[in-house]
Amino acid sequence: MDVAGPYDRAKALSAFKLGDSVFYWATRISAISVLLILGGIIISLIIGAWPAMREYGFAFLWTERWAPAADPPVLGAVGPVYGTLLTSLIAMAIAIPVGLGIAVFLTELCPQWLRRPIGVAIELLAGIPSIIYGMWGFFVLGPFLADTFQPFMIRICEGVPVLGTIFGGPPSYLSLFNASLILAIMVLPFITAISVDVFKTVPPVLKEAAYGVGCTTWEVVRSVVIPYTRVGVIGGVMLALGRALGETMAVTFIIGNAFRVSGSIFAPGTTISAAIASEFAESDGLHQSGLMLLGLLLFVLTFFVLAGARLMLLRLEQKAGK
Amino acid sequence: MSDLSVASSAAASVPPVRASSEGRAKVTVRDLNFYYGEHHALKGINLKLMAGHVTAFIGPSGCGKSTLLRIFNRMYDLYPGQRAEGQVMLDSANILDPKLDLNLLRARVGMVFQKPTPFPMTIYENIAFGIRLYEKLPKSEMDGRVEKALRGGALWNEVKDKLNASGLSLSGGQQQRLCIARTVAVRPEVILFDEPCSALDPISTAKVEELIDELKEDYTIAIVTHNMQQAARVSDSTAFMYLGEMVEFGQTNKLFTSPTDRRTQDYITGRFG
Repeated sequence: MDVAGPYDRAKALSAFKLGDSVFYWATRISAISVLLILGGIIISLIIGAWPAMREYGFAFLWTERWAPAADPPVLGAVGPVYGTLLTSLIAMAIAIPVGLGIAVFLTELCPQWLRRPIGVAIELLAGIPSIIYGMWGFFVLGPFLADTFQPFMIRICEGVPVLGTIFGGPPSYLSLFNASLILAIMVLPFITAISVDVFKTVPPVLKEAAYGVGCTTWEVVRSVVIPYTRVGVIGGVMLALGRALGETMAVTFIIGNAFRVSGSIFAPGTTISAAIASEFAESDGLHQSGLMLLGLLLFVLTFFVLAGARLMLLRLEQKAGK
Repeated sequence: MSDLSVASSAAASVPPVRASSEGRAKVTVRDLNFYYGEHHALKGINLKLMAGHVTAFIGPSGCGKSTLLRIFNRMYDLYPGQRAEGQVMLDSANILDPKLDLNLLRARVGMVFQKPTPFPMTIYENIAFGIRLYEKLPKSEMDGRVEKALRGGALWNEVKDKLNASGLSLSGGQQQRLCIARTVAVRPEVILFDEPCSALDPISTAKVEELIDELKEDYTIAIVTHNMQQAARVSDSTAFMYLGEMVEFGQTNKLFTSPTDRRTQDYITGRFG
């Protein structure tokens, strides 16, 4: 046995080596495939969008009119881009404070017995299919907004210059604001779930130290918990924003599919993904290419948003010292 | 409320507690019991922390030293199921009073933890943060306070050129002194050290001990330590705790040279613990 020892060991080691290199290549190929898939999608989008790009050029970006049935078709991205940005913006403005608030409550303040019910409810919220949100927005939220909420806002903001326009206009069940609210509810679980997870990683002793100099819970959260976890929190927010920008089904249901820019958030509008979803099946030729170009635009938009988030993170890190 | 709450000139007049003959009692603990849920962690503790003195708490792990320390600033309050009974007077106020303003209490009773806990911000902000909770100061004055606190933490010379670097970029020993400076900056009356050197190398430990020695001029200090040499070096009085009880409490040199209780003797001679 002693004699066979070294020989066996060398053999065993070489088997390990083989396993190692197989593992190395398997992981490497997986990682490279991401780049390939991403590149493939971009290339096919560009090919599909090429006719529209040649036809409209950069004017596509500042044309509001969308008339695919005209001859020749007139296509402009302003309406969908405006709708996409505005709905996501409003959705995030609602979902970030509420989502973080829930996360803070769950991790710092919530009595033990209430923790599970709320946590489960949040998870369920994430599990509801988006079409259900769409139907709910269509049959419940839309009528409520049009019949009760908008008249109320109009009454409050009567005569106020900017707000009057934002909340004004004829009531409509289908509106940008309706879509924004639904989006906010849909992305809320992302923000909350990720924030709860990262808040839990804050060492208790760090929180104790902050309480130890006399901080209130709010000060501990604002100055220690959130700065300590900012990378994770921003990651959650970005995930949510990505979903809000791209969400299709629910939004298509309730946004009204109107290709125009309206000052009122209660007016119908459209988003890039909703426009593609509702028109792609019946489109051909230049119209279809225009929709492809919209898709490419969404791609670019998302890229810029993510890059912006990275930049923000960098600046935050610089502010806190390297 | 009671006669003990009045700062008396002669602490020795209270029979069960013989700490030091001079100074006055800053913190007076009477019949203190503490529970982690069902577990009875501290049993009938009586002692006094003298103003301007360092009081060390020694004893094997789990004997309740840290628990006792965390009562002095009500840190246990953060966790449900933990409760204290008895009386802990800080000057004339009962710390255990549920109506007590906790933020104010923690401003008066600062704490330094076992592991360095710099906040995720710059060195300057780590200090200024605590001050800002209580005072609105103009920038120049704040700069002065930060410098003073960092000098107080014996850290100024090492960090004065990189005040805008993250507190996390410092070494472990520097981080711990930063935490001490942060605690001092709030101008507490009592400072609690919970094994402040257990994560530090010998040189940093020596610096922190020196610092504690300087700080006792102005503050009442309580320190929990596993290192008996450290307790002997830095403290005026020492309390030996075992299984949630205060076994022996007295002047440090007396407790270490001629302990009255058998268990104290066994512990300091290394027979158990």
